[in-house]
Amino acid sequence: MTDRIYVGTHKGLFLLERQAGGWEIAHTHFLGDPVSAIAEANGHLHAALDLGHFGCKMWRGDPGARNWGEQPAPQYPEKPADTDDKNPWSTQLVWTIEDGGVPGRLWAGTVPGGLFRSDDSGANWALVRPLWDDPTRAEWFGGGYDQPGIHSICVHPRNPADLTVAVSCAGNWHSADAGETWEVRADGMTASYAPPERAGIQHIQDPHRVVQCAEVPDVKWCQHHDTAYRSTDQGRHWRELETLQPSRFGFAVAAHPHDPETAWFVPAVKDECRVPVDAKLVVSRTRDGGATFEVLSAGLPEQPSYDLVYRHGLDVDAAGERLVFGSTTGGLWTSDDGGDHWHALPARLPPVNCVRFAR
Amino acid sequence: MCPKWAMPKIAFAGILQRHLSVEPETVDGTTVYEALHEVFASNPRLRGYLLDDQGAIRKHVVIYLNETPIADRRHQTDTVGPDDELFVFQALSGG
Repeated sequence: MTDRIYVGTHKGLFLLERQAGGWEIAHTHFLGDPVSAIAEANGHLHAALDLGHFGCKMWRGDPGARNWGEQPAPQYPEKPADTDDKNPWSTQLVWTIEDGGVPGRLWAGTVPGGLFRSDDSGANWALVRPLWDDPTRAEWFGGGYDQPGIHSICVHPRNPADLTVAVSCAGNWHSADAGETWEVRADGMTASYAPPERAGIQHIQDPHRVVQCAEVPDVKWCQHHDTAYRSTDQGRHWRELETLQPSRFGFAVAAHPHDPETAWFVPAVKDECRVPVDAKLVVSRTRDGGATFEVLSAGLPEQPSYDLVYRHGLDVDAAGERLVFGSTTGGLWTSDDGGDHWHALPARLPPVNCVRFAR
Repeated sequence: MCPKWAMPKIAFAGILQRHLSVEPETVDGTTVYEALHEVFASNPRLRGYLLDDQGAIRKHVVIYLNETPIADRRHQTDTVGPDDELFVFQALSGG
C-alpha cells in the first residue's frame, strides 16, 4: 500500500506520509499559492499552480516534493483575427495532468477547453488541435468556470493511444489514435439544464468526473451534473445509477483499480445546494456495478458538516484498499479498508482541490 | 542607444518577488512593448507572469507609465521616453 499522499489545496501543496500513529503532514510547498492539479509521472511530480494575477504555472519536482523547477505552462496558439470564437485562447486553469503511459508523455486538460500534450516531461506542450477544432466546440460551455474545461483524462493502461477525456460542459470524448481523431461518447446521458429536446445531445453533457477501472478500462464511471453513470463499453453507452444514495448529485468518483464492480462517490444535495445531505458527510460505495450502494460513515463527522468534495478530491490507491478525500472546508479523511472505516487528519487544511496517492 | 542616465526605467511590485527575481532596471525601448521585451530577454520566465498566451497584459496586471495606466494593453504600443518610468503592479484581491 502507498505511504504518501499529495494534497493540492487553495493555499499550497501538502505531502502526507504514513507514520506509526497515522497520516501526518511531512512537508509543504508553494505555501500560499493555489495548486490546481498534481500528477506523478516518469519519476517526476508535476504540479499546476493557479496564481490568479500572474496566470497558470507548471512546476516539476522530485517525488518527495522538495526540489522543484518551473517549466513552461501550456500555451494556446495565436487566436485568428477572423474567428468568432467567444472564448479566450489563453490558459485560464490547468485542471488536470495525467501520465501518458509512455516515457516523457503527459496530458493536461485546461480551461477554456484545450487538451495539451507533452512528450518531454513537460518541457514543451502542444495544443491537440483536432479536438480544439471540432465544430461542436462552438456549443461547448462552462460549468463551474466561465469557459469549458477538460478535467478528466483516462489513458488506457495497455494502449496509450487510447484516450478518454471529459469536458464540463461538452460531454465525454474518445480518441483511438493519441488525439488525432475524436468521437463524442456520451450516449445515455441527459441534461436537465437544457431544453427537453436538447437534453440528450452528447456534446452538451456535464460529466463532473470520469474515471476508469485500471485493470478493466472498458468500465468507466461518471459523476454527472444530474446523476451518476457507468459504462462497460469504453464510454459508448452509459447507464444511469439510479440507486446511488443519499443523492445523485456530486463531483467526485473513484474507481477500484482491479474490481470493475466497485466505485466510490461523495454525494451532495443538489446543484443549487452543494452540501452533504442532512449535513451528514458520507461516502457511497457500490460493489456490484452500481446495482446497489452502501452509505459509509464510520469515522466521518458525527456533528453537522458542510464539506463538499471537488472532482479531484477523492482517490484510491493502486491496491484498491486505501482511500483519501479532502473537502472544500479543509477536512481530509483516509481509509485503509476500502471505506469501511475513516480517519480524520487532525490538521485543518486550506480548501482541498485535489488529492493523489503516490505510486 | 541612449546613455544609461537618459533611459526609461521599469520597476516591479514586490509580490512578484515571491515567484521570481525581478529588479528595477533601465531599458532601451521606445514603446512599452520594447521595454518589456528587453526585460524578458534576460528574464524569460517573467513574460508568462505579465502577458497572457496572446501577448496581452494579463487581466489582473496593471502597468503604469509614470502616473497613468498604459492605454494599449493588447499590443503595448504606448510610447516611452527616456525620462519615463514604468511600474508593474497587480490588482488587489482577497481570500
